[in-house]
Amino acid sequence: MIVEVNNLSFSYHDGRSIFQEVNFSVDNGEVLSILGTNGSGKTTLLNCIANLYKPRMGEVLLNGRPMSKMLIRDVARIIGYVPQIHMPTYSYTVREFAVMGRTPYIGTYTTPSRKDYQIADESLERMGITHLRDRVYTEISGGERQQVLLARVITQQPQLILLDEPTAHLDYGNQFRVVQMICQLAAEGYALIMTTHNPEHAIILNGKVAILNRQGVLGVGQAADTLNADTLSNLYGLSIKTIYDNDAKRNICVVY
Amino acid sequence: MRQSNDKKPGLSATGGETRFTKKSFLQASKFQWVIIFSLTLLVVIFAVSLAVGKYSVPVGESFLMLLSKVLPIQQTWSNIQEAVVMDLRLPRTIAAIIIGGALALAGASYQSIFKNPMVSPDLLGVSSGASVGAATAILLNQGNIMIQAGAFTGGLIAVAITTTIPRLIRNESATVLVLSGIVIGSLMSSIMSIIKYVADTDTQLAEITYWLMGSFAMIEFDTMLPVLPTILLPVVLILLMRYRLNVLSLGDNEAKSLGISLRTTRGMFIIYSTLITAGCVCLSGTIGWVGLIIPHVARLIIGSDNKLMLPVAIIFGGIFMLVIDILCRTVTAAELRLGILTGVIGAPFFIFILARQRRQVS
Repeated sequence: MIVEVNNLSFSYHDGRSIFQEVNFSVDNGEVLSILGTNGSGKTTLLNCIANLYKPRMGEVLLNGRPMSKMLIRDVARIIGYVPQIHMPTYSYTVREFAVMGRTPYIGTYTTPSRKDYQIADESLERMGITHLRDRVYTEISGGERQQVLLARVITQQPQLILLDEPTAHLDYGNQFRVVQMICQLAAEGYALIMTTHNPEHAIILNGKVAILNRQGVLGVGQAADTLNADTLSNLYGLSIKTIYDNDAKRNICVVY
Repeated sequence: MRQSNDKKPGLSATGGETRFTKKSFLQASKFQWVIIFSLTLLVVIFAVSLAVGKYSVPVGESFLMLLSKVLPIQQTWSNIQEAVVMDLRLPRTIAAIIIGGALALAGASYQSIFKNPMVSPDLLGVSSGASVGAATAILLNQGNIMIQAGAFTGGLIAVAITTTIPRLIRNESATVLVLSGIVIGSLMSSIMSIIKYVADTDTQLAEITYWLMGSFAMIEFDTMLPVLPTILLPVVLILLMRYRLNVLSLGDNEAKSLGISLRTTRGMFIIYSTLITAGCVCLSGTIGWVGLIIPHVARLIIGSDNKLMLPVAIIFGGIFMLVIDILCRTVTAAELRLGILTGVIGAPFFIFILARQRRQVS
């Protein structure tokens, strides 16, 4: 198992509990989609796995080793984190931005080598965005920035990729393209965990689904079994049904 | 979908490969050109700096004087000329270059670690603390060395207090750090007012005011040498660590997820920048603007990547400071203080730069 989460609980300093006793595991080539309403703590959970927040209880094992006992740098060689699309303060070029993925492999007193730039260039090529290389990151579109973020995380050469709402702020087409890329990354053997607000993305990815409810309890199952009308209606407080579509060859969600 | 995914990288690979070598060659050589050009400019201004002032010495002569220290050259100049150039102008020229470059570097690192292009090395109160330290020494009728020492320790104490506050209230975000810097800064200003109030108006107050406006006029090799390591060593360390600034400028979470231990790395940059600024202030008094403006100029010319930007900023800072110093001693009959010219030249210059890069600063 690349990542194993055991009895993970998190609460804020004021004692407010966000989630309790969370258990799941993700292995090579698997995708786990975390669903939940606004404010349910999806991102908090993701940040705990990303080593950004300290859980109150429980532990995260990376390849069987407790993450809390590992160096930050060593964790970064296993876990790559894709934050929500954002605007950095400074205008780095796409290439300068992508090569920052090499940071966990670069010594404190050195700068990226030719080899590091080469790895970054290969990632840009794999994302099909070599043409953006010398453009300024702050001046390209949101969809392109998401592709650059993915290129950076590939440059990091992790085993597990965490994505915080990778489809947020993207247009309909780009949302679908990002989901396709995540499928492809899973096919290449990466383990992936992502948060999303769109249950259909979880259905398309057809991997594991974790649903974080308002009580802070996480239920995990296979997307095909878990994402039925009852569960979704309960989760979002709406009347939702799933219909099988012959062209898409999968269920689609309809609110009625 | 899969087909198009397979095809896309292939397409860009053929188009991209030639672009790759050409572009990165251009990139590298642009950096080299900027460095070569600015270093040449610096050497020229260096020569001018030795020559001009109240007592003018021909540029050629002053250069030969320098060379005569290492090469056997016949003396064709008077002893007075040699004294003016070697004992007065050479130390202040060297100090101007080092201080300008070091302050620009400290400013650039602060702008990266605080993710804000509007901050300067004074952010955490080092300059105001140093002023209080120096003013206290003046108030106690101490000599030059004690004023220097007072400035240096004052600066360090101020930053130590600033960085302790976030730990005391258990919120170590950058915002709290900046806010406590503002608090300590204004506290130091108040203490400064008290010192000015009780100072002897004829002698001490004049000296304090004079010191606050900054100058290279008093700098001699003997007083400069002991301070230089506290400036140059952190400069070298920041230069070596400069790539981390790129990652820190992305934000705390991203830096951490890229494997950087925030507290240590940010702490090191703060310590180094504080040492640099305290060292500079104790040599020349407070100097504003350089640390704020020069990184912007460097970014405008070479881009935001700190790997390239910091070396450029150091050279530009040296040039800027030296030009200001030359103007200080040539514009009027009596020598002007640095603080006057950096403000008068710096403010409009900064507005010009902001206009040029308005799309980059949101």
